[in-house]
Amino acid sequence: MNSGHLISADNDGKSIWKFLFRQMKPKGRWLTPFNIISIPIIFLGIGLIVIRFWKGIGAITNLSQDVPWGLWIGFDVVTGVAFAGGAYVITFMVYILNMKKYHSIVRVTVLNGFLAYLFYAGALLLDLGRPWNVINPIIGNNFGVSSVLFLVAWHFLLYMIAQLIEFSPAIAEWLGARRAHKILSGMTLAAVIFGITLSMLHQSGLGALFLMAKEKIHPLWYSEFIPILFLVSSIFAGLSMVIFEGSISQRVFSEQISDKHREEHHSIMHGLSKICTGAMFAYFFLQLLVLVHGKHWDLLNTPMGRWYLLEMIGFVLVPMVLYFYSYRANNVFLIRLAAILTMVGVILNRLNVTVIGFKWDMAVHYVPSWMEIVVTLTVLFTEIWIFRWVINRLPVLRESPKWVNEDKLTDKPALAKKIQRA
Amino acid sequence: MDLHRRDFFRVLGATGLTLAVGKELKAAPGPKASLEFRGVLYDAARCKGCRGCEYDCAEANGLPEPLPTKDIKGLRTTDDKHRTVVNEYKTSKGIVYAKMQCMHCNEPACASACLTQAMTKTKDGPVIWREDKCMGCRYCMVSCPFNIPKFEYHSANPKIEKCTMCFETRVKKGELPACVENCPNEALMFGTRRELIQEARRRIFEKPDLYYDQIYGEHEAGGTCWLYISPVPFKEIGLNTSVQNASYPALTKGFLYSVPSVFVLAPALLLGIQQATKKDNSTKPQDNE
Ligand code: SF4
Ligand code: SF4
Repeated sequence: MNSGHLISADNDGKSIWKFLFRQMKPKGRWLTPFNIISIPIIFLGIGLIVIRFWKGIGAITNLSQDVPWGLWIGFDVVTGVAFAGGAYVITFMVYILNMKKYHSIVRVTVLNGFLAYLFYAGALLLDLGRPWNVINPIIGNNFGVSSVLFLVAWHFLLYMIAQLIEFSPAIAEWLGARRAHKILSGMTLAAVIFGITLSMLHQSGLGALFLMAKEKIHPLWYSEFIPILFLVSSIFAGLSMVIFEGSISQRVFSEQISDKHREEHHSIMHGLSKICTGAMFAYFFLQLLVLVHGKHWDLLNTPMGRWYLLEMIGFVLVPMVLYFYSYRANNVFLIRLAAILTMVGVILNRLNVTVIGFKWDMAVHYVPSWMEIVVTLTVLFTEIWIFRWVINRLPVLRESPKWVNEDKLTDKPALAKKIQRA
Repeated sequence: MDLHRRDFFRVLGATGLTLAVGKELKAAPGPKASLEFRGVLYDAARCKGCRGCEYDCAEANGLPEPLPTKDIKGLRTTDDKHRTVVNEYKTSKGIVYAKMQCMHCNEPACASACLTQAMTKTKDGPVIWREDKCMGCRYCMVSCPFNIPKFEYHSANPKIEKCTMCFETRVKKGELPACVENCPNEALMFGTRRELIQEARRRIFEKPDLYYDQIYGEHEAGGTCWLYISPVPFKEIGLNTSVQNASYPALTKGFLYSVPSVFVLAPALLLGIQQATKKDNSTKPQDNE
């Protein structure tokens, strides 16, 4: 209860519009390296997006009749959602398993997850040829219930709502809306349970999307188990992202983080690396089973086979061992290294299934155009901008305003007494 | 290992089925229904490669006129300007032609992939695309085992192009598809799959030396409405022989069937765990974050 920061006092009586307007203004220095790099790229990206809607998708992408899905789906959507998996894993640990230790990273992880979905769903719209018809499957004009994509799209939508509810207490605290805060906090558990269920289904669903492309995906990456592999790998993909993002936030937003949280951070990282080790072990074992089951030994000694081995050994087995070793040796640097290697491995895996291994035997391969890459970066940078904007204003990393605890205490008189006595 | 193979999705699938009351996933057409679908039999032994069908198709569907034969080099595929192409193959029995277009699968991967039902299998058999529904996600292209749907990448209002068997414009009114009607060599025959398979068998039976003894499309991808017979093995005339015989939508059914059961079981399980761990904690003093 040492919350020194009062983000906004209770706003009763003050004009909410004035408050919002004040909050809109940028904070902090302008000429940071990140701004200098990201601003021109974002403007260039916006220009390219205009061209895309004006001249068609082919004007700025290298997609073809043979390769209908490229970087925007393979990286932005499929890989991005895997990285956003941290939110369902952490909420599971904190709200379902009641592992209180991880409570301090819930908000930032959920915020990250929510923004990721918001922007990747946005990226999906860029990739749709006829985005104005996107309402058809939503308003029930046409329910393609036999489509995996239908399931995934709906789950994206519902999960975003669940995440918004999970995050909403922070918004209420920012706006100083005490009563709303109470109501919204009460909805958290339901949103969490719903969100985890949705996540399990659409994380695996993203893999199931490719089940019908049976002969088109390289046999080392295609199997009927893609959905399970995607689900299991989303656990450590998400957590590695949490570790990575946490390490950066600790520095960049250090003035917002209380000493208590800073101390906790190391122990949280260690806990997460333990879980990653376990999940990666399960994943590696599953991959091994799939390989044995598919009997594709002969393919291992081809260029694609060596590429496969690089992914499995260099970016699954090695980081797994690193994670294992780092939490035993209590080495933070190794944890970060393991997180980065794991993330590279997840990117490789998702791209191998969706882009690199897709029609691998074609004469001409798909390579994304520089414009596709710029648009991807635009999406990424814009997300980081919004993330930073929110972190600088809402109680995400920093402590909640005092009244939150006061409210809690009045809610639970027995508990209040206990604490007073202590 | 063989136990693993069936994997937990299958088990879940079974539970899912029983739990999914009222949630009917599109049922596969029975073997009976699929024999009554309309389709076309293409006889590569009769086709002389005049490419008349390409011109008729372009005209009937408002597409640009195809290139004259003398300007064509190598093999072509269908694309966003050509719903059908006729290629020339040098085979073990000399030159053979093969026409390519949508196969109008009995259980089309494209339609099961389509989340807006823009791609849809009509009761009569043709698989059609509906402009007002499609959102241009191109999942149909990813899923079609024959790589048939094509997309207009250079348009702000792009369409998916593929053969529709002239369903809306002709077949519905009882007319023949444009290509069938105009083929001067009777290489194309329109009818129900039952009739076409019978006819194909008859031709193969009567001239066993002329034909390779198989009907392409009878079982491929779960059966297709467009059927082929040919003097040479189908691989030699560029047909996709790596497709599986089972239907493609079946590949995702296990996953889709498991969804309802996950929706019922997971929240209950999660709530149970939550309650269990909560009790555990309430004995310890809470530190209030
Ligand atoms: S061939 Fe392809 S496009 Fe045609 S019906 Fe079958 S899956 Fe659909
Ligand atoms: S591109 Fe159109 S027809 Fe194809 S799956 Fe998407 S919505 Fe359906």
